Amino acid sequence: MTDAELPTPNVPDSLTEPAGPAVGQDEWVARHAERRLLRGGRLGAVEERLRAAPWWAWLTVFVCLAALLPVGFSSGYVRRVAFDTVLYMLLALGLNVVVGWGGLLDLGYIAFYGLGAYCYALLSSNQFDVHLPTVATLPIVVVVGAVAGWLIGLPSWRLSGDYLAIVTLFFFQIFIVVVTNGDHLFGHNVTGGSNGIGGVDANVRPFNLFGHDLPVAHSGSFNVAYLYVVLAFFAVVFVLLRFVNESRIGRAWRSLREDPLAAELMGMPVNWLKLLAFSFGAAVAALSGTIFAALNAGVFPTTFAFPLLITVYTMVILGGSGSQAGVIVGAIVVNVLLELLRDAGNARYVFYALIVLALFGVYRLSVRLAVVLGGTIALGFVVHGIASAIAKSNVDGPANGENWLIDGLRHWVIVPRDLGPWKQITYVALIGVILLLTLVRGWWRVALLVPTLYLAAFVWENVMLTAPEATRFIILGAILVSVMIARPSGILGERRVEIV
Amino acid sequence: MAEKLLELKRVSMAFGGLHVVNELDLHVDEGEIVSVIGPNGAGKTTLFNLITGVYEPTEGDIVFAGRSIKGMDPHKITKLGIARTFQTLRLFLNMTVIENVMAAAFAHTRAGAFRAMLRTPGMRREEGEIRNLAEERLAFFGQRLMGYRWNQPAYSLSYANRRRLEIARATATNPRLLLLDEPAAGMNPTETHEISELIGKLRDEGGYTILVIEHDMHVVEGISDRVVALDHGVKISEGSFEYVATDERVVEAYLGTKATATK
Repeated sequence: MTDAELPTPNVPDSLTEPAGPAVGQDEWVARHAERRLLRGGRLGAVEERLRAAPWWAWLTVFVCLAALLPVGFSSGYVRRVAFDTVLYMLLALGLNVVVGWGGLLDLGYIAFYGLGAYCYALLSSNQFDVHLPTVATLPIVVVVGAVAGWLIGLPSWRLSGDYLAIVTLFFFQIFIVVVTNGDHLFGHNVTGGSNGIGGVDANVRPFNLFGHDLPVAHSGSFNVAYLYVVLAFFAVVFVLLRFVNESRIGRAWRSLREDPLAAELMGMPVNWLKLLAFSFGAAVAALSGTIFAALNAGVFPTTFAFPLLITVYTMVILGGSGSQAGVIVGAIVVNVLLELLRDAGNARYVFYALIVLALFGVYRLSVRLAVVLGGTIALGFVVHGIASAIAKSNVDGPANGENWLIDGLRHWVIVPRDLGPWKQITYVALIGVILLLTLVRGWWRVALLVPTLYLAAFVWENVMLTAPEATRFIILGAILVSVMIARPSGILGERRVEIV
Repeated sequence: MAEKLLELKRVSMAFGGLHVVNELDLHVDEGEIVSVIGPNGAGKTTLFNLITGVYEPTEGDIVFAGRSIKGMDPHKITKLGIARTFQTLRLFLNMTVIENVMAAAFAHTRAGAFRAMLRTPGMRREEGEIRNLAEERLAFFGQRLMGYRWNQPAYSLSYANRRRLEIARATATNPRLLLLDEPAAGMNPTETHEISELIGKLRDEGGYTILVIEHDMHVVEGISDRVVALDHGVKISEGSFEYVATDERVVEAYLGTKATATK
């Protein structure tokens, strides 16, 4: 088709979607990927409806559900976990601006969270006898965070990628060192050193909104008002960031992520945009810090350490860096999982559910799935029968975490009274077998999967459940590895290509 | 004679001891299409990088629309009205086609982060204008970049369409001078012909002044008002296509011997 045949260059009438391109035509080929994504049938129709729903509908439903959560759960623990999750979501949203949109690897992010927390504590405690009202503190802290982000962002003018990561990590370490030794800062006690700012003397005030103090605890348990406060912060931050992302600034951030040189040459002031991204991320982190300080009635340097940075990064990467919905899902999955895995009984549900789901995801409803499940169950009963025939002490060891599931499992998985060196041997063997699994294909894999699964259950019951603190991070790591293999762009992330 | 839109005055560029461009004088008049030719390593792309501010010349001065742009930041030069495409395509691959073009409207639009957060009426009006501008720029390419393609990621485009999208993106910066770095590279004969027509149309209908690097001599012959030949960073010939193509120094630069010119 030559240009001469075409209508005048203005808004064309061909905008209306053509009914359906013929098979093999240019357009048919171009839309191939799109068609593959959509399912047919009733489920497909539902999925299409869900996809068509605008983001604010999702947000409204989500915020309403979260706000109704305290109605169903009166336990202070559940409410506190919900609060923590929303706080993590807020942190992840901020990090998403820098990492997901700006493409800047900022490993100093938690320093801004800490900065916000310390600023709040200094502005509303006995430390310097400053007691600003919360409505004044919040904007001050946000501005302080934004300015700090702007300054820490300056090295990004000259550095990118891993170099920038190392420099920002260095600033994070400086923050920790300064805060931990800040009780003799030029002769003044500023940050309270390793004790932090907290306790009765410091008297860090809780939030005071609309003339009401929000006490940290109501008759000993978590005050649910904080859940609503953090939810409101989250909703507002989500919408504001969304608006920025849909503006020319957001497009420029994404251009910068894709190709900084091309962005600069297309008229975008790249250096200024980098600082702006750092500022936005830091401001959100600082805001999150204020809530944290208020709820804990204090700040302590150990909170703002490396593991927290890794956790927030995990949320962003697992959920899908660059997608707001993605990082929220990431925050929920990671935090809820970590909480569930604290308790051995709950951890057991999670473990077996994940295994069954993963098997179903890989094999769907097929003969292989039946073989794997049937084989594993049969193998278990055989092994259990043999072991108990040899000696009763092989199967009547103590169970970790009592619930109905272990009552059933006791007839299947062996739990010896004394494991001896087998604790280490089986654990290492499990890792070896899993590695071996990645090397074989087809029915060999199915055959190997049966003993692997049984060994996994054995190690889980006898080794991993005895050390839940380590186990929960191992499980999280395993999930992260599997998700990154199956979906490199995260659970809800857009597919991205690097070089084509 | 028309007004000089761009003028390079004795521009030199050296990387250490390597002189890539040497005392180059070059000018482009308003409304002209000038082609730059030369063998590989002649300094053509470096010339583009000098004009757009990626490199700062070690000597000499570059004047655009009566103003020295030497040492300016690239985004400021773009804002003044120089836009370019890249020899090795540099699209924002994971953004949609229309977003690629909309992003390039950054320099001549104003709404900042605060107005975006508040979604002021002015900001929303400007967004509408950016969208219209992008649609108009894409419509310039006929059916090639229309309709359903707008919301596809740029990586899903074919090679030729990526080249077209790069030109569309460059025009969205509202330039006066358009620098095209090998627009016909990697295209088949039909597409090459189309690109030649398109470059003429860009000048006649779009009103852009065009400086183009091209290796395909059919394209150069078809579009150029004037041809400049470079070799080792030095201008070795300048004039009409017929003059430059038969110039002994040019033939020598390409072939290395004093063979008879076949074209």
